[in-house]
Amino acid sequence: MADTRTKKSSTIKVIRSQPARPSKKRLNVAGGVLSFVWLAVVAVPLYWLVITSFRTQATFFTDKPLALPSDPTLDNYQLVLENDFWRYLANSAIVTIVATVLIVACAFLAAYAIARNGRGVSKATFSVLLLGLAIPLQATIIPVYLLIVEMGLYDTLIAVILPSAAFGLPIAVLILVNFLRDIPPSLFEAARLDGASEWRAMLTVALPLARPALATVAIYSGLNVWNGFLFPLILTQSEDKRVLPLALTTYQGLFTINVPAVVAAVVLSSLPVIALYILGRRQLLAGMTAGFGK
Amino acid sequence: MTVLATKRAEAKPRFGPPASLSVPALALFGFFAIVPLIIALGLSFTRWNGLGSPEWVGFDNWVTIFSDPAIAHSIWLTLGLMILSWVIQTPIAMLLGVFLAGHERYREILAVIYFVPLLLSSAAIAIAFRNLLDPNFGLFASGAIPFLDQNWLGDPDLAFITVTLIIAWQFIPFHTLLYQGGARQISQSMYEAAALDGAGRVRQFFSITVPQMKYTIVTSSMLMMVGALTYFDVIWILTQGGPGDATRILPLAMYQTGFVANQMGLASAIAIVLAVVGMTISLTITRLSGFSRMESQMEGE
Repeated sequence: MADTRTKKSSTIKVIRSQPARPSKKRLNVAGGVLSFVWLAVVAVPLYWLVITSFRTQATFFTDKPLALPSDPTLDNYQLVLENDFWRYLANSAIVTIVATVLIVACAFLAAYAIARNGRGVSKATFSVLLLGLAIPLQATIIPVYLLIVEMGLYDTLIAVILPSAAFGLPIAVLILVNFLRDIPPSLFEAARLDGASEWRAMLTVALPLARPALATVAIYSGLNVWNGFLFPLILTQSEDKRVLPLALTTYQGLFTINVPAVVAAVVLSSLPVIALYILGRRQLLAGMTAGFGK
Repeated sequence: MTVLATKRAEAKPRFGPPASLSVPALALFGFFAIVPLIIALGLSFTRWNGLGSPEWVGFDNWVTIFSDPAIAHSIWLTLGLMILSWVIQTPIAMLLGVFLAGHERYREILAVIYFVPLLLSSAAIAIAFRNLLDPNFGLFASGAIPFLDQNWLGDPDLAFITVTLIIAWQFIPFHTLLYQGGARQISQSMYEAAALDGAGRVRQFFSITVPQMKYTIVTSSMLMMVGALTYFDVIWILTQGGPGDATRILPLAMYQTGFVANQMGLASAIAIVLAVVGMTISLTITRLSGFSRMESQMEGE
């Protein structure tokens, strides 16, 4: 009995001195070991990528693979930039921005109707989209290809934008509906009683309040479209319609065994998202798990 | 008071946005997701090379799906990838997620690095590993560590596990992020109570952390399984399904049947299999997961 009491009081002391993590008395050996093994698993390939991109083709064969480059160079980056990198980047940017705007706009309108008026068409839309959450886009590529060809859109950026936007909608609507439902309806009623139109009530009440959810949706959808590979692969063909992920396979074919140039292309293509990560890490990570993190 | 509230809930709200606001989303999604699914179902009963008009062949493609050894092989590989991915990714992601839930400075620095693979596209990851594992020019080609000096992607016995591990490298950070979020929502007081009762770290992990994260586990598992069913980009760039058919999982089999061999009917049948299995997994697990929970909470209010 006395023994238990001393144990308790010592624990309480620990709690007082370390309010955030009371149970961290003993060292977490397993966690520590795993965390450093995983650090190596993640960091070594990334380090190899960056370090290799600065090697000349000659020193790539002579240097030790993880040593600093003996003759560092930026030639590989220049080679990639000279081989249509800016065009691929522009294509990716256009596809991502237009598709994301489409997703956010369509999803916001639908989510607003569903959240405030969950009957009839709105309710049906929500059921279809919830079901659609489970449809793998891979299963639709043959008919999507046929539809795009029929519409005369094959090998255009619009051909990539439309289906990419369509498959971004279900999760976007789900996130926004869950968010908009928490806005008290009396806010809208007050706006309406003050003489605002439905449009005005939506734009002045719902839109500003939904800003954090819209940011999440934009980040999640934007990254998915930016990284998309399958739709560009089947729906475009010519070089001037190529987006970055597809262009990486082009660079691999072009540079073949010039490994430093290939990995320079990989690094360059990843820089825009890495820049976002540096600017707003928390916001980006929160956006990545979208509704799944709850 | 209660009666009044119920009455008001039942009465039509005086104001409300027109339902037509949902038309753009419905039209876009219907046209590029629902309609294609119906077309694929129709095409799965035809023979068609993509030109001319499809020829009705009844259940021929479906008989092929269930009898062709190459497709059976793809189905087994897909199932294998699904199970292996879960077995490899779940324990690592869960442990890392719980570890990163702590707010110590060094853990936050580790987290910054851990999440970098999330920033790379599938194509970037595939091209990077293709070069890193190249048997002639890659990281291990010098033979400094003989065990690692293998033809990882070119050896039919190794290619499948190599691809599975690269996919794990790509997706563990995402699931770690989910588990980190799940672990941070567990109330500290539960651990304090358990510590007072003398429960050790392992006991706490299995009696508090794991049960408290069950919604995260369900969500993460669902995404992993449906993901394994639909992996395309990474495998297509790394091996194109090879060597031979060593990594030819269903989505690759479908792509090659449709766009390389021009058998649109058979490829559509494979697509329907993918859609049905994918939707069955998601809908079954979603009933237990956070989505349906969020739904019912909302409806209960």
